[in-house]
Amino acid sequence: MADASVNDPNHPDIRARWGGFAWTAENRERAAAIIARYPPGRQQSAVMPLLDLAQRQVAEETASGGWLPMPVIEYVARELGMPPMRAYEVATFYTMFNLQPVGRYLVQVCGTTPCMLQGSDDVFAACKAKGLKKGEITHGGLFTLAEVECIGACANAPVVQVNDDNYEDLDFDRTLAILNALERGESPAPGSSTGRQTSCPEGGPTTLRTMAVENHDYRGEWA
Amino acid sequence: MPKLTVDGIEVEVPNGSTVLQACEAAGKEIPRFCYHERLAIAGNCRMCLVEAKPGPPKPQASCALPAADGQEIRTDTLTVKKAREGVMEFLLINHPLDCPICDQGGQCDLQDLAVGYGRGMSRFEENKRAVNEKYMGPLIATAMTRCIQCTRCVRFAEEVAGVEELGTVFRGENMQITAYLDAALTSELSGNVADLCPVGALNHKPYHFESRPWELRRAPAIDVFDAVGTNIHLSSRARQIVRAIPRINDDVNEEWAADKTRYAIDGLYRNRLDRPWVRREGKLQPVDWAEALAVVAERMRAANASVAAVAGALLDAETMAAAKSLLRSVGSDLYEHRQAGHATPTDGLAALRFNSGIAGIEEADAILLVGTNPRWEAPLVNTRLRKAVKTGSTVFAIGERVDLTYPVTWLGEDLSLLGRLPAEVAERFRGASKPAVILGEGATLVEGTLGDALDFANTFNLVREGWNGFNVLSTTASAQGALMLGFAVPGGLAELAARRPEVLFLLGADELELQPFAGAFTVYVGHHGDRGARVADVILPSASYAEKPGTYVNLEGRVQISERAVFPPGDAREDWSIFRALSDLLGTPLPFDTHDQLRARMYAEVPALARINAVAPAPWSVPVAPTGASGRATLPVQDFYLTDPISRASPTMRRCSAEILHGQTMAEAAE
Ligand code: SF4
Ligand code: FES
Ligand code: FES
Repeated sequence: MADASVNDPNHPDIRARWGGFAWTAENRERAAAIIARYPPGRQQSAVMPLLDLAQRQVAEETASGGWLPMPVIEYVARELGMPPMRAYEVATFYTMFNLQPVGRYLVQVCGTTPCMLQGSDDVFAACKAKGLKKGEITHGGLFTLAEVECIGACANAPVVQVNDDNYEDLDFDRTLAILNALERGESPAPGSSTGRQTSCPEGGPTTLRTMAVENHDYRGEWA
Repeated sequence: MPKLTVDGIEVEVPNGSTVLQACEAAGKEIPRFCYHERLAIAGNCRMCLVEAKPGPPKPQASCALPAADGQEIRTDTLTVKKAREGVMEFLLINHPLDCPICDQGGQCDLQDLAVGYGRGMSRFEENKRAVNEKYMGPLIATAMTRCIQCTRCVRFAEEVAGVEELGTVFRGENMQITAYLDAALTSELSGNVADLCPVGALNHKPYHFESRPWELRRAPAIDVFDAVGTNIHLSSRARQIVRAIPRINDDVNEEWAADKTRYAIDGLYRNRLDRPWVRREGKLQPVDWAEALAVVAERMRAANASVAAVAGALLDAETMAAAKSLLRSVGSDLYEHRQAGHATPTDGLAALRFNSGIAGIEEADAILLVGTNPRWEAPLVNTRLRKAVKTGSTVFAIGERVDLTYPVTWLGEDLSLLGRLPAEVAERFRGASKPAVILGEGATLVEGTLGDALDFANTFNLVREGWNGFNVLSTTASAQGALMLGFAVPGGLAELAARRPEVLFLLGADELELQPFAGAFTVYVGHHGDRGARVADVILPSASYAEKPGTYVNLEGRVQISERAVFPPGDAREDWSIFRALSDLLGTPLPFDTHDQLRARMYAEVPALARINAVAPAPWSVPVAPTGASGRATLPVQDFYLTDPISRASPTMRRCSAEILHGQTMAEAAE
């Protein structure tokens, strides 16, 4: 669990680096558009999208992974006219907000039951073999490994989320291949790594097979 | 009005009630941790489970379930008992069970309910979670591993205190309560979170490891640090006050107490005057009572009627009544209580008090503050104003800009604004159904403000059928009592000084400008070696509010009685008995030998003081007061934590002042 002290806004370095954080011209417009989605007086509802926007801006500014230094959280709170504590609560609640610096690629390996049954241990092994370490930035700022709970793509277990993309149906080798590709600066295609279409059954349909060929009326066959 | 049955008992509850309230109406006790009747409903502890029909076939949280017509509630079934036991078992999984070293032991909701719903031993074999200690300032001691995440403290800070500095961070098992950046809470009501905490996670730091609740003797008392008249219990152990906690009184303090009320009590044992002193050759020398009284009597005899008395901020009505009798017996009428030098007319009581009432001000829909910072002058009036704002009232203010925890439209600092309000503000007051003005003592000190405010009241019809919106915010516990007793001269302190009294009694009066009284023989009757005692020629040690029974009249005119919690230290005596003894030496014994007799005489003189807990009637009459104020008002309270001899002597209050108001960081002593 992140400890707030690592991200102490009163730490002179953090203040110095992030105290002056402000939207880029582009993001200022985006932020305004996001805030406009909510009725007047309810702009605080925009706190999640704005924290996300801020995290992305931090990623760009640092040319690495996005995270939320405390002064940035405070900036978002100020933008929305809410006490910093309330924005901080939100930032700590959702695991997608990083409270500490992460690598350019945040490799989030799902370790929840379906993924575990389908071999997430191998995925972890591949990460380990590649030299990734949980919660640490490795490979010169490139990777941070994290174990996460279900990311809602269990049908393609085991799954890894790297920044905004999911890599699915992984095993040891394919995980390694993806990490290597990322390291080379390529952008491997997201989705299933076995080539199956989205989450369709492997090896073709197992139910409603007739349907796969032509439009079949099953109604007569219902008991 | 839904009608429902609880365990077969039929009850009818007001619309909007919860099932928990309905159960209470039926006389059923519902265990709870997160629910608190003065806070928003959270529904997160699950201890209040009941069975409800119609509804899903599982127990439901009664605190968050609206009561509905025809509901059948069961609180006594096996399912309910089992369900609550389950909740309790989960709560105890991570609770450290360190009751023997916990301040809350003996007054802990978790401990109490575990008797009813806990099992004898734990089935949990994993590691318990532990949470880092948090820092919340000089008043709150934390032991966050004990926290059960009820969020009462967070809700209090946000809803009542209005400082959103507490929050729940992280989630699930890692969830914890913390103050933003571990900074001291900047609230003058922070102590209430320790009372609200159902477990021992938040404790009173000054009371940390002091005593167990069952070792304490409690006396019902009235707080004297402001004019609210907060109802408190003063708890003592071994003849020493160890804590002050609020008593519930919905008309006055609800369930809260300000931090000064709670924590200035350590000032009672510092810098105390516990023996008489007489100044000889420029130096104060300890003497015995007989000698001290003889010196004073001699001076008084020489002075004839040229004797004056100034009452301090913390005085009870009896002390002032006795002092007044003494002065009258020598033919003097030079007594005054307005140490700041007010010379406003005192003939119309209503023009000098908080007529809307503490609870009543919640109903005001347009409020004008003039030269006041209610957050410091009367924190528990400020919480009422906050409630008013929440229900749609608008607050305007003339005066120094301060953070009142709710939105305020600041009109400017110059008091002349009172007579020329901007058109839209005037419009708002014209359209209000319960308009109110609140005058600070700093404002009434400026000549003309009272008159202008009375004009304002007249223009906008502030006093109407069933509503009086004219309010003066007294800051001292003695003020309203003194006014009722007539302990004032028309010209105020200036008049007193102009009459050049030869003997000046300072009755716990430490805030006045003494320069104009130079040359007077000064007798300090009080309990702390503060400003007044320092310049006195004779010091007669007396009892503090905790050490004598007393009558106090709060800012709305409510007469309340405080009991003695402990005896005065050393040779100090109750104030009235000092005056009684002096009168003997003067050969004109005062007509009372006991406190009861004094009270009876006081009641005979001012019958309204005999109506305990009632607001003394003050029919609306508009006194003649000059108008045309201009300039700025100085706020009467410049440092919330250090306002009087007791709080100035209190190490806790000094630390609060340094840390919370002046931003000093304090090294935490290792515990
Ligand atoms: S600290 Fe106490 S009041 Fe606050 S959430 Fe924890 S148990 Fe509740
Ligand atoms: S369990 Fe891994 S995505 Fe759901
Ligand atoms: S009291 Fe009902 S859930 Fe806590």
